[in-house]
Amino acid sequence: MTHQRPADSRTVKVEGLARVEGEGSLRVEVRDGTVELVELEIFEPPRFFEAFLQGRRHTEAPDITARICGICPVAYQTSACLAIEDACKVAITDQIAMLRRLLYCGEWIQSHALHIHFLHAPDFFGCEDAVELAGLDLAAVQRGLEIKKVGNLVMEVVGGRAIHPVNVRVGGFYKAPSREEIAALVEPLRRARDAALASVEWVAGFDFPDIEIDYRFVSLRHPEYYAIESGRIASSDGLDLDAEGISELVEEQHVARSNALHARLGGQDMYLTGPLSRYALNSGQLSPIAREAATAAGLGAVCNNPFRSIIVRAVELVYSCDEALRLVEAYEPPDPPAVAVPGTAGIGYGASEAPRGLLFHRYELDGDGLIRAARIVPPTSQNQLCIEDDLRRVAQANLSLPDEELGWLCEQAVRNFDPCISCATHFLDVSVERL
Amino acid sequence: MSLPTVVSRPTLAVWKFASCDGCQLSLLDCEDELLAVVGAVQIAHFTELSRAVQEGPFDVSLVEGSITTADDIERIRAIRQASSLLVTIGACATSGGIQALRNYADVGEYTATVYAHPEYISTLAKSTPISEHVPVDFELRGCPIDRHQLLEVITACLTGRRPVIPGHSVCQECKGRGTVCVLVAHGTPCLGPVTRAGCGALCPAVDRGCYGCFGPADTANTSSLARQLITVGTSRADVSRLFRTFNAGSPAFREESLTYDSPETGR
Repeated sequence: MTHQRPADSRTVKVEGLARVEGEGSLRVEVRDGTVELVELEIFEPPRFFEAFLQGRRHTEAPDITARICGICPVAYQTSACLAIEDACKVAITDQIAMLRRLLYCGEWIQSHALHIHFLHAPDFFGCEDAVELAGLDLAAVQRGLEIKKVGNLVMEVVGGRAIHPVNVRVGGFYKAPSREEIAALVEPLRRARDAALASVEWVAGFDFPDIEIDYRFVSLRHPEYYAIESGRIASSDGLDLDAEGISELVEEQHVARSNALHARLGGQDMYLTGPLSRYALNSGQLSPIAREAATAAGLGAVCNNPFRSIIVRAVELVYSCDEALRLVEAYEPPDPPAVAVPGTAGIGYGASEAPRGLLFHRYELDGDGLIRAARIVPPTSQNQLCIEDDLRRVAQANLSLPDEELGWLCEQAVRNFDPCISCATHFLDVSVERL
Repeated sequence: MSLPTVVSRPTLAVWKFASCDGCQLSLLDCEDELLAVVGAVQIAHFTELSRAVQEGPFDVSLVEGSITTADDIERIRAIRQASSLLVTIGACATSGGIQALRNYADVGEYTATVYAHPEYISTLAKSTPISEHVPVDFELRGCPIDRHQLLEVITACLTGRRPVIPGHSVCQECKGRGTVCVLVAHGTPCLGPVTRAGCGALCPAVDRGCYGCFGPADTANTSSLARQLITVGTSRADVSRLFRTFNAGSPAFREESLTYDSPETGR
């Protein structure tokens, strides 16, 4: 802070935030050396999913809601399937559940590989993008591409397509992949796991800003596994809820600047979902290889530095490759590939862990199985208050920086969350104002 | 489509309107080709990949998403003006996307359903394709687009030739890969006969009917298919819903979905 101007007042703006999914902007207002206002604006236009789901068949929810996000369609499909199955009081078989988990591992692998190597890492090298980064470290960028490709391969083999998979249906899958098709994933997944281990080592060597934040962590928790595709909701302050419970507790507020809804859990309190939360609450359930990688990378039981989320994401990348291998090796084709889910009147809730955090759905069905009401709460809406709070802290601690550098650091602080603005509109530009 | 002879390292811009990001992600999903593509062009604007932004003009603009706000209309006009070639990618940009379902409804009611303060929301009554607002040089279809077709379009733009993208139906792709017809053999409602090829007939290959995510084929006989769907036991409402998804705004699918929207018999 040695060069801070007396009575520093300015606005720093980042219009058209880059390396995130979707359209938004960021604005930081500084008055007399104090950050007064931080706003994450979402100008991704509204798309009205909850409205046009009304009157659709209960079986259409997975394909329609997948279109909310091209980066995490499986998260939408899974939460939708869980909620519809809950409304119709149908339980899926363990084999179907494990195939769903394998598909979800594929999505975690491709999404995390993209975020770590292409969206987040360039910031740590002062690079505009991964193309510039490739000039400094081609092997790292190529490694990211190779891992991502394996994630997409898993999604193609299980889901039929990497973006908006076609093989997912309420109750399970249209067709179970053959043992041979699944067995062919073993070699690529082993390569991806080795590459992911190298990426953990790579990101652990980055320089991280010194910041610790006492987050209220919220994530799914499963009695047996590191929670991905199912579980109850747990928090660092002792919540234990089912999907209905969190749906009742979370309020979404609509504010003027944003086409996304801001979520609060239990009235006032902000909370964090995503890799830091999952790791804080469930790291004991990581596989031995992923746990060893975490320890070697210097992670303790909890990580409170949002910039170090890239290490946690890389550890989860190792885990999702490792877990996919376990599932592949244990694979038994579910027969039949789906359980029948006749549409019945009812209300159902579903929650799963998208790569960027908790995603929950609620559907109300009529007696013909038509959707009467839908509610979709994406991770970025839930994280928005935490993102703004982080921005305030990061900006306040770095006011000595010139506007351009401060703006970039603020962008990086937003990218820590792997925000998906396309999802949240249902979110980013950075600006810093010194008034 | 007039394709100029290519200059060395042409500039490529990628733009987003109302969409899910999946079609531009398709470019990042070309893992084997991505570094070659970004080596062959100058990425002038692609915010999902890079924070570096160059001013126009642009040799090639890829446009994802549909027009849903007044500001969008101004933005697409400026992009068209700055671009030698403008290619739209995906169902949103070519037919309005899933959000064109609003075109069948009252957008005011939609806003009130999702948002507590509808007065904060600025949106147009309809979601429309890019071609409704500016001239488009090539339209690449799909929800999402196929990445191999995207590479073909980029290659064609860079070499100054017309892209080779088939206009025939998904049926031919099923025959090509030897998939048993799900409509004929199992009575499964399938839009394959009227849907543009390009995905590789993915849905019938997993024993489900095509749901039309690539939009209408060049010579789509939708009314004949709709009668056949009724014959195999599909309800009128379900025929209407089948045509009313990710390409609900394309004229051929829209017309059929409206025909079967009402309970009276017809056709």
